[in-house]
Amino acid sequence: MTINWFKYASPASFYFLAGRMLPYFTALAITLLIVGLYIGFFVAPTDFQQGEAYRIIFIHVPAAWMSMFLYVVMAFWAGVGLAFNTRLSSMVASAIAPTGAMFAFLALWTGAWWGKPMWGTWWVWDARLTSELILFFLYIGFMSLQAAIDDPKRADKAGAVIALVGVVNVPIIYFSVQWWNTLHQGASVSLVQSPKMATAMLSGMLIMTLAAWMYSIVIILIRTRLIILERERHTAWVSELKEGVLE
Amino acid sequence: MKWESLSDFFAMGGYGLYVWGSYLVAMICVIGEVVLIRGRKRTLYKHLGQSRRSILRG
Repeated sequence: MTINWFKYASPASFYFLAGRMLPYFTALAITLLIVGLYIGFFVAPTDFQQGEAYRIIFIHVPAAWMSMFLYVVMAFWAGVGLAFNTRLSSMVASAIAPTGAMFAFLALWTGAWWGKPMWGTWWVWDARLTSELILFFLYIGFMSLQAAIDDPKRADKAGAVIALVGVVNVPIIYFSVQWWNTLHQGASVSLVQSPKMATAMLSGMLIMTLAAWMYSIVIILIRTRLIILERERHTAWVSELKEGVLE
Repeated sequence: MKWESLSDFFAMGGYGLYVWGSYLVAMICVIGEVVLIRGRKRTLYKHLGQSRRSILRG
């Protein structure tokens, strides 16, 4: 039996596959969000040092993780598009950028609103905060560069270069709290040590992270589908789609 | 239930401004992204409809 590994690399097949997957991921995202918020506000106990202010971490940590993870995924697909000239990979990369930028912004914003009551300041130029700000600017740079170039193929290539160069920033963000003496605290959750927090807090945070994953998948699939239609609207398969059958 | 009343819940042990300031903006971001995508979809479908009509008119 031969398997066509490239079947879903074609924008047309991906379009329909993504459309079929969307309802499931949407249901998962909403369910996880409700469960995560319930645990975050009604099950997780008050922190003995931070009082109720720590509840900001239920968005702060997932947002920060997603912003870094999405950047790596975006750079990966942009790189694949650059190396192999595959249309779909570059479209996925462009679809990821706005959501990644949103999570980077949220990580910074919620960090500031946690920092004010806990550190006494909205912002410090420590390594963790500064490198996360650079991540946000990298997303914005990627999007502005692509928006400034009319020819989609050239926009993909230019975007891929900035995305790949910027990848170096992700390990810097991750390890900044070890490499430098930062005001930002070190990791509370790691793969090699047992977590330094109550089970309910940890499970709330992990469920919110899963919710952020599912949300990102939903939004990125929808945006990729739109980009496919925008770019392929002069092709036969798009014009064969009947009004109302676009789903 | 750890909250004694609704106002207790909104007060967040004195950190209400910071907790809700974070959650409100997160909500605005998520809803904003969904609204922006809907708008993009509407514009695109309008264009697709127009090009289809222009094909039909020949």
